[in-house]
Amino acid sequence: MARNTILGVFAKSPIKPLVKHIQIVIKCSQLLIPFFNACTAQDWSEASKVRRKLSKLEEDADSLKRQLRLELPSGLFMPVDRADLLELLTQQDKIANKAKDIAGRVLGRKLEIPPSLQAEFSVYLVCCLDATEKAAEAINELDDLLQTGFSGREVILVEKMIDQLDAIEDESDDLQIILRKNLLAIEKDLNPVDVIFLYQIIDWVGDLADLAERVGARLEILLARK
Amino acid sequence: MDIILNSGSTFVILAAVVGFFMAWGIGANDVANAMGTSVGSKALTIKQAIIIAMIFEFAGAYLAGGEVTSTIRKGIIAGSHFIDTPELLVYGMISALFAAGTWLLIASALGWPVSTTHSIVGAIVGFAAVGVSPEAVEWGKVTGIVGSWIITPLISGVIAFVIFNSAQKLIFDTDKPLEQAKRWVPAYMFLAGFVLSLVTIKKGLKHIGLENVNLGIVNFEIKGIGGFYLAAIIATIVAIIGKFFISRLQFDEDLAKEAHYANVEKVFALLMIVTACAMAFAHGSNDVANAIGPLAAVVSIVDNDGAIAAQSIIAWWILPLGAFGIVAGLALFGHKVMATIGQGITHLTPSRGFAAELAAASTVVIASGAGLPISTTQTLVGAVLGVGMARGIAAINLGVVRNIVVSWVITLPVGAGLSIIFFWIMQAVFG
Repeated sequence: MARNTILGVFAKSPIKPLVKHIQIVIKCSQLLIPFFNACTAQDWSEASKVRRKLSKLEEDADSLKRQLRLELPSGLFMPVDRADLLELLTQQDKIANKAKDIAGRVLGRKLEIPPSLQAEFSVYLVCCLDATEKAAEAINELDDLLQTGFSGREVILVEKMIDQLDAIEDESDDLQIILRKNLLAIEKDLNPVDVIFLYQIIDWVGDLADLAERVGARLEILLARK
Repeated sequence: MDIILNSGSTFVILAAVVGFFMAWGIGANDVANAMGTSVGSKALTIKQAIIIAMIFEFAGAYLAGGEVTSTIRKGIIAGSHFIDTPELLVYGMISALFAAGTWLLIASALGWPVSTTHSIVGAIVGFAAVGVSPEAVEWGKVTGIVGSWIITPLISGVIAFVIFNSAQKLIFDTDKPLEQAKRWVPAYMFLAGFVLSLVTIKKGLKHIGLENVNLGIVNFEIKGIGGFYLAAIIATIVAIIGKFFISRLQFDEDLAKEAHYANVEKVFALLMIVTACAMAFAHGSNDVANAIGPLAAVVSIVDNDGAIAAQSIIAWWILPLGAFGIVAGLALFGHKVMATIGQGITHLTPSRGFAAELAAASTVVIASGAGLPISTTQTLVGAVLGVGMARGIAAINLGVVRNIVVSWVITLPVGAGLSIIFFWIMQAVFG
């Protein structure tokens, strides 16, 4: 009976699941803070507990991603380009993947951040996670963007958020440079293999901000079309 | 000819029964499409929707259903062709009703979105062109009707696009959307009230024998400028009532922080109640004819003892019969159909729904005034696409839109074929 009513014309909105997806991604990447706290305290059982939680959230994000893809067949008429929307989803998902990789690598090697770098590192981590939160904030605006037909001052508001996101990413780059320099200064006293992985972890944490910036960029492209 | 004098009342009763059931079917099934957007966007509960539908479908059918009924009754068929054989027209009209009713029954059972309008027009053209002679059809009129089926969804799409964009400019893309909504929503209510009452006053009332409306102090002659004044007064009353209810709305400050436009949508939900009334009225005014137009033709022939009168008015009891049939269908089955709609999660907010409904209702009611039988569902789909073009709807299922268009194309030959078969059966039975 439902098929012959007008309501069949309205397909499920992809916007709510997309927003929900990035919220899960953020929840997942935020766990890196308690994770590194546990690592600093050398509480490896706590760290592995946090990693399990993080990994679970990453899986949730993955399954939501797959579900959203399936619910977005090509016969939909949407205010935004379908390919752009799917690309945005892929970028969002990469943040969770990266967070999982970081936790996995650190825990696997029981990698310690050298005590002299710990304070700097946690500032750097928080900065990169701020970038991801800013990205989520911008994605959150999609609901309001739909309300305003993807035009007008709501678009300007989102563009401002994306600018802020870019600024945070720049800041994280600066922090990264300092962190690397300070690591360089003490690296000869450390286990060389650990040093290699420390550089990698610093890179990967920086990737979180990069990916967040890319989410912002995809959102910008999505708004620019049409 | 003799058969009409002898068994005229049999034919009238037969046509009245089938026509009533057809109206009943329209009420049970079709109304869901007219009310669906309001229920889907949660502006109305199922119960409220049914009550509104009962009142306004009846009002629309009774007050403004006359023009389309006239078209179905005598616009499609060349009456002059049947002067010597009025019984063929009686058989044909009854066959058309049977055909459209049967097809709707099948389609409803299978869940196909078919239009009652297309069924009945296809059926009438079918029996006349094949059962009688191609010359028995007013092809010019039929071309006009079919053309209107293409144009009306387009027009309602354009109107919806404009209305939606105007709401964006006036309300959403401003510093204080809530304040702007409180200011402008009554204006949209006025617009809805004005279009509906104007068409009703100008085109509908003459079928129930009203020439002027006397309010004691002033007398409104509906043919002249008085009709416009009367419509404006009714629309103003609608807007004032709307404004009163808007002023009584409770707004939730916490909600506004979470979802920017949640409070604005509350104002639009009130507007959607008005457009839902408009939609039900428009639907009643256009679709009642599908059930009672053929009946009106049969009654007119029998009442005139077989003479095909061009100027006769519709018998007084026919419009109420159709209106009552629709309401009966709604009352008995509407709840079940609406419940299916209510369960479906629709990502449709009142600010989008109202634009689609207002555009569709205006288009349909203007078509009703012009005597054009059109499909309410397709007009509404056109309006929804118009809002979609304005980037207002998250996702529209083009597959379903395509199905609706295909069903329209298929319905015409099927309606025609069934009607030809019923026509031949009736000819064989009554000779």
